[in-house]
Amino acid sequence: MITDPVRVRIVRHAALVVGCTVVMVPIYMAFVASTLELAQIFERPMPLFPGRQFIRNYVQALVVGGRGLGGARAIGALTMVQNSMILAVGITVSKIVISLFSSFGIVFFRFPGRSVVFWLVLVTLMLPVEVRIVPTYQLVSDLRLLNSFAGLIMPLAVSATATFLFRQYFMTIPDEIVEAAKVDGAGPMRFFTSILLPMSRTPIATLVVIQFVYGWNQYLWPLIATTDRRFWTLMLGLSRMLATADHQADWHIVMAITIIAMIPPVALVLSMQKQFVKGLTESDK
Amino acid sequence: MVGKRVIFGNRRLPYLLVAPEVVLVLVFFIFPAAQALLQSVFREDAFGASRVFVGFENFRRVLSDPRYVRSIWTTIGFALAVAGSTMTIALFLSAVANNVGKRATAYKTIIISPYAVAPLVAGILWFFLFSPAVGVVAYGLRGFGVQWNHAIVPLHAFSLVVIAASWQRIAYNFLFYLGGMQSVPDSLVESAAIDGAGPKLRFWQIVFPLLSPTTFFLLIMNFIYTFFETFPIIHQLTQGGPSNATATMVFRIYRDGFRGLDFGGSAAQSVLLMGFVIAVVALQFRFVERKVVY
Repeated sequence: MITDPVRVRIVRHAALVVGCTVVMVPIYMAFVASTLELAQIFERPMPLFPGRQFIRNYVQALVVGGRGLGGARAIGALTMVQNSMILAVGITVSKIVISLFSSFGIVFFRFPGRSVVFWLVLVTLMLPVEVRIVPTYQLVSDLRLLNSFAGLIMPLAVSATATFLFRQYFMTIPDEIVEAAKVDGAGPMRFFTSILLPMSRTPIATLVVIQFVYGWNQYLWPLIATTDRRFWTLMLGLSRMLATADHQADWHIVMAITIIAMIPPVALVLSMQKQFVKGLTESDK
Repeated sequence: MVGKRVIFGNRRLPYLLVAPEVVLVLVFFIFPAAQALLQSVFREDAFGASRVFVGFENFRRVLSDPRYVRSIWTTIGFALAVAGSTMTIALFLSAVANNVGKRATAYKTIIISPYAVAPLVAGILWFFLFSPAVGVVAYGLRGFGVQWNHAIVPLHAFSLVVIAASWQRIAYNFLFYLGGMQSVPDSLVESAAIDGAGPKLRFWQIVFPLLSPTTFFLLIMNFIYTFFETFPIIHQLTQGGPSNATATMVFRIYRDGFRGLDFGGSAAQSVLLMGFVIAVVALQFRFVERKVVY
């Protein structure tokens, strides 16, 4: 163990406190704004400590919404939370289930075309939705899937990251375990459900965090694939509310919705911090 | 391609297993990408009524448009600025956190939380601080004689996007640097300490060189992040302006395709961006994925 001088250790903690402050300031100020009256936000300078409108602002944000959310028939953030949740969970579940099946197929079977499958999945790494955005829009439009959750989720339902992570993980499973399962008379699907799935809890947990955050934070695709405000996610709602000039926006409501939009993904990452950090840094390379 | 030695013998089952993924890839990835390739060599009117083969005309038009060429430089500028600032900060914070022992947990938790914050939300948070009308930071800067207005001053707009993106990205870089540092053997660092090397020297002479694979990996990942994930920030905060100072390649694909309805031009841009991404991913595989066997 190295013992550095006290001075060095104090400087280290001071540096970390400064770093953490910089990280937290934007979130803190958003929270402060979400507890103020709109007029207070326009004071010069804005109050630096929370006000008393917490409950009122959040109730209004969740139930009524604010200016920019569709004029007379504004929608509250509750609908948007629900939509974001459907999108994020839909993307997470489909990516994980589809990838589990296909990596099981690639790793534990031999069949003609096996490497073709592998290369197809690899190619998707190079085709994020942004580079195929116009043709994907035309395709989903032709399939009459605009303004539907199926249309929102399907173009994002494949994950090369997940497929490769599972594949790499499956490769480390000792042959003896497969051998033993076969000797005991387990067919492939029995092996999959009774042995492989329970063994894969760690990569699954990692992927749940990564893909939920990915799905929850989607912006470009929902922006294009939905026009009906019943499908607005939190990201779209926030975007629409701020489409007004910044001195006209309902900042107290915008900030309340911003805070609401951060809670689920941040809570998920922090609650599964350990598996997530381990899985991310070991798998993503 | 490497596989397991012990396998199951079914003939039809493996095809069923890979079918969902293969079908989705073909329909939603390969087909649209092929469409983009096709569209890039045709000129189509905005209603899709007629289509004329024009060869490389779209590419020539796009590449001879100084605004497009500028968007390439803007994208590269963003990539370098975001990668540079976020990696410097993350490297510093992780180096410090790695040396404070068990008490670092609270710091770590705070630093990694922006990982989960959407790029759009990061943009909104910083926009709120820098807004000329309500922003606390903009107000503070006025005390120093800086009239912050990212709607008018190109440099301000560019900086605001870089700040928001870098802030969001610190968490990811911090995690990888910290992971990298924890795998540096204690014995190496300790023997240097015994030889009288102080914390700075130990870091630059031993830890940092050992982190070079991590640094390279992060550089690539930050480039890819900047190419794509800055779109929400730019779309929300600056709309590519002022005077195209923040119009990246992805932003232009969106604007030309969906606002300008120039499908050929937009498709040509998509193809060029694809080439860009393939080059970067190939680099990544060449240098980072060596130990992974496919």
